[in-house]
Amino acid sequence: MSSEQDHLKDTDTEARFEFKKEQNAAVKSDKGLTEEIIRMISEDKDEPDWMLERRLRALKQYQNMPMPTDWPGQPDLTQLDVEEIVPYIRPDVDQREGVDDWTDLPDEIKDTFDKLGIPEAEKNALSGVGAQYESEVVYQNMQEQWEEKGVIFCNMDKAVQEHPELVKEHFMTTCVPPSDNKFAALHGAVWSGGSFVYVPEDVTVEMPVQAYFRMNSEGMGQFEHTLIIAEEGSEVHYIEGCSAPKYGTHNLHSGGVEVFVGEDAHVQYSTVQNWSKNTFNLNTKRAICEENGTMEWVSGSMGSKATMLYPCTILKGRGATDTHITIAFAGEGQDIDTGAKVYHNAPDTSSTIESKSISKDGGRTNYRGLVHIADGAENSSTAVECDALMFDNESTSDTMPYMEIEESKVDVAHEATVGKIGDEDIFYLQSRGLDDDDAKKMIVAGFIEPITEELPIEYAVELNRLIELEMEGSLG
Amino acid sequence: MARLELSNLHAEVADGDEKILEGVDLEVESGEIHALMGPNGSGKSTTAKVIAGHPAYEVTEGEVLLHIEDDEFGEDIEIDEDQRTWNLLDLEPNERAALGIFLGFQYPAEIEGVTMTNFLRTALNAKIEEREELFEEEDGDSDEDEAEDEGFESSPMEGPADEGEIGVAEFQEILQEKMEQLEMDERFAQRYLNAGFSGGEKKQNEVLQAAILEPSIAVLDEIDSGLDIDRLQDVSTGINALPDEQGTGILQITHYQRILDYVEPDHVHVMLDGEIAKSGDASLAEELEDKGYDWVREEVYGTA
Repeated sequence: MSSEQDHLKDTDTEARFEFKKEQNAAVKSDKGLTEEIIRMISEDKDEPDWMLERRLRALKQYQNMPMPTDWPGQPDLTQLDVEEIVPYIRPDVDQREGVDDWTDLPDEIKDTFDKLGIPEAEKNALSGVGAQYESEVVYQNMQEQWEEKGVIFCNMDKAVQEHPELVKEHFMTTCVPPSDNKFAALHGAVWSGGSFVYVPEDVTVEMPVQAYFRMNSEGMGQFEHTLIIAEEGSEVHYIEGCSAPKYGTHNLHSGGVEVFVGEDAHVQYSTVQNWSKNTFNLNTKRAICEENGTMEWVSGSMGSKATMLYPCTILKGRGATDTHITIAFAGEGQDIDTGAKVYHNAPDTSSTIESKSISKDGGRTNYRGLVHIADGAENSSTAVECDALMFDNESTSDTMPYMEIEESKVDVAHEATVGKIGDEDIFYLQSRGLDDDDAKKMIVAGFIEPITEELPIEYAVELNRLIELEMEGSLG
Repeated sequence: MARLELSNLHAEVADGDEKILEGVDLEVESGEIHALMGPNGSGKSTTAKVIAGHPAYEVTEGEVLLHIEDDEFGEDIEIDEDQRTWNLLDLEPNERAALGIFLGFQYPAEIEGVTMTNFLRTALNAKIEEREELFEEEDGDSDEDEAEDEGFESSPMEGPADEGEIGVAEFQEILQEKMEQLEMDERFAQRYLNAGFSGGEKKQNEVLQAAILEPSIAVLDEIDSGLDIDRLQDVSTGINALPDEQGTGILQITHYQRILDYVEPDHVHVMLDGEIAKSGDASLAEELEDKGYDWVREEVYGTA
């Protein structure tokens, strides 16, 4: 450890929150977003020129786009000041590519991961872990049999170096270009870390890939990029979990996810998001699905101050299928605005969207969705179901399911329910011996059961546990 | 042995001043079967809900007491002299359940996404735990509180550390045995609690729950409504098993004589206008069948 780092550590004397770890960073960029910062990030990562150019182009686009403020009922973003967020920070590990062995990780990072249960996941022999602490992937592990099959799972930064052709072709080009929205442009300029997954033709990755993201530096944004390429006839389930401790200033998370689902390929992307209650969580996630491909999104949004997240699937090839399963939980002071977007651009495509939201103690959830069926996308079908559960009269829930149907030979179904948690239901469970809290927890667990049954057992348990903690109010 | 004692019980709807119970006196003891009959609106269901602690009703006068003897909960739980009488009106519904009160609902709630197995095991364990807390000595509380505050102290991957008194395997056996007794299809165990159950299945499920939770006193609110004759027999068999096998005292609320042919009551009470107007033995129910409630009204108040 250099004296510079010791010095940084020594000057870091602010009050600690429970899981906040001392910063021990090697490089910490100046506040504010300038071309210099972008060049510094790129240089520090030793990136090829083409990536630097993409970053600078995205920065210009970001600077020229207005903040989105005109969406009906959108979360309040006025407290978000991107210029104040230090976009990049690197944990102090010896190898820039990360470490391959758990024991090489610094103790404080291990400690944080312990509390999140990463080692247990490892013990359970899940197939690979890429755990992101700050902006770098510091821990990578992958089972050998995958490598033999040609599966690539690595840090996104490493992919830029080692798989430039694949990255050049797919990185923020046809799927999520920086011009998509202001935060996609920001992401394109400052992205750092994340995962790259490549599954060759006809290879099935049976066990879920998982990655954890965690912000741990005050005022820092997190801009990880995930790129998944599933070639023809392949199959993969990617799982991402997020948890961040509580901080004083407003944090920004603006991740980017791009998924390429080849012909007859099947990708499931699952997230359990639990950002701290001061985080603005503004993501762009999109999949392009070729002929007879299947894309499944499973999203749990628990944390954050405000979330705007609408995973999108473009059903490009005939017979492609999309499934969205979304759950949102908004407690005091939270505004969780999530939903789904599906573009049916080919015949015989189908989509199913199931959204469940829970609001409590004045929290707000909103389902915002768009299903577009293009002229000529014959025999396509879509089914949208949104259910909202409110705990009290202070909490709110809205539903904004937009449909744009340009084709007449289609099957469209939509159902929405909004209700308050039933007093009679609570009393019924209480009369059997459950106390008031446990009765409510059981009702909520049942309400989200369609989501949890989609997840591997470890994540189902974690999701339930997170919701229980939210309901107890014991998370920051 | 346990004894439920209602004395001079007055109750009204909590957010109004509509009086429903106007001085109910009633005692039910372990092993006894009581039938509570009466016309619509006489206060039968309200009596049941007030016993269980439904928040929609406010008790304005009178008492609901539960007397238990020292061996009521087996050898594991020691019941001190000063813990033999409980004023149920001071207790939460789940505490009443822990003391052995069971309410079989006329309209059981449907809870989506919660399997019967999960629900019943959770309920059974919650009841055991609550009972331990109610009869615990004054020490030892603080440890538990601390553990709950710790949040992530136990890894979220491991799930709740406390599996409860009755483990999954042991519970499966209990459940299977009780379901066989009630001739219930074993697939019930994996169905969501009452969700999409027929009226008859719901009632059967109420009796199953009573069989598993082994209450001291079970109040069954119109358990016979909506049952066809075959199911009525199954349900009746289940009800009869409660006093026979577990010593449960039954307070059976019904409109009709029909179920009393299968579950023969020791005592029959007729409720009119929020009070017990007349009590008698099983023959009273038969008399009612012949003469109707107006007969009781006439006899008690001298008017029809």
